Amino acid sequence: MHTNSYLRFSRKVILHHLSIYEGKDAARNAKAVKRKPAKGETKKVGGEKNGSERIVPAQKKPRYYPTETRPKKLVSRKRSFNGHAHKLRPSITPGTVLIVLAGKHKGKRVVYLKQLRSGLLLVTGPFTVNGCPLRRVNQIYVIATKTKLNIDNIKLPERLNDDYFKKKKTRKAPKNEGDLFESTKEAKTVSPELKEDQVNVDKQVLEAISKHPDHKLFTGYLKSIFWLKKSQFPHNMIF
Amino acid sequence: MVKLDTYKLYDRVVEVGRVVFIAYGPDRGKLAVIVDIIDQNRALIDGPASGVVRKEIGYKAINLTRFKLPIQKGICTKALKKVWAREKMEEKWAGTAWAKKLDSRQKREAMSDFDRFKVLKAKQARTRLINEEFNKLKASADSSKTSKKSKKAKK
Repeated sequence: MHTNSYLRFSRKVILHHLSIYEGKDAARNAKAVKRKPAKGETKKVGGEKNGSERIVPAQKKPRYYPTETRPKKLVSRKRSFNGHAHKLRPSITPGTVLIVLAGKHKGKRVVYLKQLRSGLLLVTGPFTVNGCPLRRVNQIYVIATKTKLNIDNIKLPERLNDDYFKKKKTRKAPKNEGDLFESTKEAKTVSPELKEDQVNVDKQVLEAISKHPDHKLFTGYLKSIFWLKKSQFPHNMIF
Repeated sequence: MVKLDTYKLYDRVVEVGRVVFIAYGPDRGKLAVIVDIIDQNRALIDGPASGVVRKEIGYKAINLTRFKLPIQKGICTKALKKVWAREKMEEKWAGTAWAKKLDSRQKREAMSDFDRFKVLKAKQARTRLINEEFNKLKASADSSKTSKKSKKAKK
């Protein structure tokens, strides 16, 4: 290398790159030493000057060192979606009645149960009241009302998580020429687990409703659909 | 020349002692009294009982109420407070349709979603009762009419 030219990396960095594998191995060995004694077989060795025995390692060290340094993975501060922290509006607490604004159930008033790991809200109609099943909703498509149910005593099944609600992908059978025009769509079915959980959760939510001071009107309220009348502006209204 | 009697044309005029409702500005929604008239555009007001500090205000910012306090021009705040209490202005104001309307509007604005639903249901129940009674009366009226007609037919 010419003495006048600039080095792309400092000498220290280059040395570090060159010795990276050595260093890694050294670190690994150090750890291994800490954890357990070296794995291997002890074999007796003949000869006076060879010591009486030697250890044959169970795993051989690589015969070659790589000729090229492999790119090192940089440490990134970015987190995948899974690691994101999901905030929840303070107005939404378990038992809050929410008005759903988007999707199949828009306009319905539903009961909020809990926030799932993906940040989505787990809600239920209850299904027997307004037809909204156990379901995930994004909090941006929801108006939180001041009306709250006391659902502290409700026990939700532990299997109600994000995977539970994910669409199950089914492999498509390869198409034959014969059934090219035949509809191969399968009818949507509700899993027996969901049916079971729906009954279980609804029962508890309805019990909580019966304990609300306005329990006589509460189911009617959940049944009713939200809409804006004349001269009602949502940004000016209290919910 | 005919002299116009303003008191006959209007029952509320800008004058010393006139109780006013402040329509906008920082003291919006409060009651005060005109203490002095500065010029054609501004008056000096004071509202010791409602938390309005003595200040000048444009006529556009105030609405005149039908109440007038018997005070002298430029009366001091302390004395005004006494007159206000003696005349029971708070009670009088609360009794007006104006104040009631404001009150009900405030209540309506403070209602939650569930409250609105409850009001809806209460109104439906009221209408149902009224309709039931109305239909009963109507039915009895109709039956009496028909009976008269049938009598006539018999004759």
